[in-house]
Amino acid sequence: MIATLLSQFNMLAVESGGPVLESSGWLLENVWLIPLIPAISFVLIILFGKKAPKEGAEIGMVSIIAVLVLSFLTMTQWMSARDQAVPTTDGEAAVAVLDQAVGGSGEQAAAGDSVDDGAGETAQSFEAAVDAEGGESGQYLPVVRDTDWWSVGALTITVGTMVDGLTVMMLVTVGLVSTLVHLFSLEYVKGDTRFTHYYAFLSLFTSAMLLYVVSSSLLQMLVAWELVGLCSFVLIGHWWEEKANTDASMKAFLTNRVGDIGLLVGVTILIVTLGTSDVLEINRLALNGGTSHLVLLVASCCLMAAVASKSGQFPLHTWLPDAMAGPTPVSALIHAATMVVAGVFLIARLYPVFWEGLSIGTSSINLMAVMGGFTTIMAGALAFVQRDIKKVLAYSTVSQLGYMVMALGVGAWTAGVFHLFTHAFFKACLFLGAGALSHACHHSFDMKAEMGGLRKKMPLTFWTFILGTGALAGVPPLAGFWSKDELLAGAWAGQEQGYPIIFIMGCIIAFLTAAYMTRVIWLVFFGEYRGHDHPHDPPLVMALPLLVLSALAVIAGFFNLPHTGPFKNLPDNIAERFLHYVEPTYFEAFPVVKHSGFITWIALLSIGLGLLAIFTTSMYYKKCVALGVTELPNGLTKRNKLFAAGYKFLENKYYLDHLYTGIIAGGTKGVIARATNWFNSNVLDGIVNGAGRSAVAGGRWTYKNIDQGVVDAVVKGSGTGSSGVGQLLRGIQTGKVQQYGALLFAGVTVLAAVFIVVV
Amino acid sequence: MLLNQFLLLAAILFCIGVYGVIARRNAVMVLMSVELILNAVNINLVAFGQLHDVTFGHVFALFVIAVAAAEVGVGLALVIMIYRNKRSVDLDQVDLMKG
Repeated sequence: MIATLLSQFNMLAVESGGPVLESSGWLLENVWLIPLIPAISFVLIILFGKKAPKEGAEIGMVSIIAVLVLSFLTMTQWMSARDQAVPTTDGEAAVAVLDQAVGGSGEQAAAGDSVDDGAGETAQSFEAAVDAEGGESGQYLPVVRDTDWWSVGALTITVGTMVDGLTVMMLVTVGLVSTLVHLFSLEYVKGDTRFTHYYAFLSLFTSAMLLYVVSSSLLQMLVAWELVGLCSFVLIGHWWEEKANTDASMKAFLTNRVGDIGLLVGVTILIVTLGTSDVLEINRLALNGGTSHLVLLVASCCLMAAVASKSGQFPLHTWLPDAMAGPTPVSALIHAATMVVAGVFLIARLYPVFWEGLSIGTSSINLMAVMGGFTTIMAGALAFVQRDIKKVLAYSTVSQLGYMVMALGVGAWTAGVFHLFTHAFFKACLFLGAGALSHACHHSFDMKAEMGGLRKKMPLTFWTFILGTGALAGVPPLAGFWSKDELLAGAWAGQEQGYPIIFIMGCIIAFLTAAYMTRVIWLVFFGEYRGHDHPHDPPLVMALPLLVLSALAVIAGFFNLPHTGPFKNLPDNIAERFLHYVEPTYFEAFPVVKHSGFITWIALLSIGLGLLAIFTTSMYYKKCVALGVTELPNGLTKRNKLFAAGYKFLENKYYLDHLYTGIIAGGTKGVIARATNWFNSNVLDGIVNGAGRSAVAGGRWTYKNIDQGVVDAVVKGSGTGSSGVGQLLRGIQTGKVQQYGALLFAGVTVLAAVFIVVV
Repeated sequence: MLLNQFLLLAAILFCIGVYGVIARRNAVMVLMSVELILNAVNINLVAFGQLHDVTFGHVFALFVIAVAAAEVGVGLALVIMIYRNKRSVDLDQVDLMKG
């Protein structure tokens, strides 16, 4: 059935290759099919999975492969549509002209002529670009297809799909990683008691994530956002028999709730003030002065809270390392490659809102960049003190997510999104590698106790892991190098002003990343094997995803080769492909961002820092290996009190968990309990004496409590009353027939006496 | 013929029956007491039928006797079942419905 469906798609795709600006590929219009397939698969697995020969895994595999194929078809349709809309050279020219226009207006602003809120400026430059092109704007609008969901008064909430470069990129990334994780899991969770359940929720997660990226409406995005959160909760707690796992899933869920409040408030502010739920329309209005700067500032701060929770930014990152309690393929899919980038995607999707709200284009420091920069360093430092390989990777993920947020915060939109793209592959590769390691080593993730010297025993895992590590550490020419370098250059160049502080943070983390990953490599693959098992390379089903992902970790960076500096002689159809296809060109609803291009000294600096980190760390562990230990007995942290204290501080994760559970949660609980008690004894009594006076004094909060107090009292009172009466009547029910008989006769006698007296 | 004598006899029988139903602990005795009550009613029925010179009273009394026979059959069956389960026909011990 799916095969025939696919052939239909192909036919239609070929047929609709005409003029593209209005209508485009069939799949671009009907992209809702892609999330629908895994949703159906979820239902099928839940209903029939147990009885299927492979316990439901085959349904999941078929659906995810269909999703992958459709995603690639969507991508090719998008690419051909994009190319036909504006011939490549013209498109480049338009961008170039736009850059000039921005440069010009930027200079004007710097000269102090008119520095207002920036919206007018962008509009000006947009018009300038249009003029310069002679009426040809060079825009290519996303394909939006939506319908009214419901309406309240003048406000109509729509629902539908929106396809642009960003969507297509996410579709391919999610489809690809999800397929490989499905495949890997066949072996990894084989024989698990809840195997079917596991595959069902992988399907549901994939469906929700795809729904999220194709959403055209903010409210629809919110729904999908919550759905992926739910799947994350379920899959973290997959092995719920152990309390630690349920705790971790509860922690993830509750921490995400904190951010979700921010999302709800931010979305509500945007929808109510701008009067629409359509993402494209919101972006257009935000950029063109549809509402005040203050509203956008508040909305973007609220949305930043959501980003912090979902994408593990400081201070709400604490759930992500604990989420490693779930099965490793889940960590690779959800907590490294896809779900945790939902926050980054939110920023990228609503970029004009943040651009205006946080003044990204005009400042040299802002909330988003600082939050990202701080998170990346903080998490990078934490990665050093972990024994658990998955925890290292988790903190590394937090750190890299901070990197993406930082990139978006300095206006390097493409760099941030490109890093999202490359990171998905090499981090998934590393996570699945960690899965393969633990699969071979007693199901343990402890690098110090159970691993070491695995280079010879597991060569395939070793080499794929090395490639993933190289990509993460930014070793040229692997994927991470290109995206990281673009990001650093973007931070240095900034928009109207550079972001020097953020740039320095970026350089520090380039060093830290290389260092902690080198530590992992040494601990796991070198020295003597410290475990008590017979580790060997994984079977083909697990090896194949590793190979594919490590290949992607090598080549993903070439999708966006720079086109300036030493690379300016590259042909047009090779350089900056990612930029060309993914970065929006609809300047009415997307800010005109400046592109830094390739800056040679920054590239050399980041390579130098990386190599320095690898070298110093290797020196340390070389000594360790020579001594046959995992940490030097006379290392800095052992000799120096200050460093020892720092180590302890890191080991306790900056005491953030203590702060949250002990002080904030504990404090709040106690305060609320006491406040409620006080309320009961003072206010409720007062209400009895003078309800009106107390109600005015207590305000809305009081009202709520009166309501609850009174209604509760009535409900509870009726309950207590009936149970009391029941207790009383219970005494008569002795079960003795004769007593019943006696009562019966007594009753009849009384009635007869009454009858006689009355009549 | 004095109606009073019959009514008095019936009243005495009825009281003995009620006493038996309430006070006796043996289930068989209770069933027998129920018979006394029914027969007290029968005496009343026959006496009033005789007084008004109609046959309804007799017919009704015969009907009651038939029903009473069936009732005793069921009652004794219950008693046997109780005895099998409890090894006793003491009604004080059959208080499974205690609330």
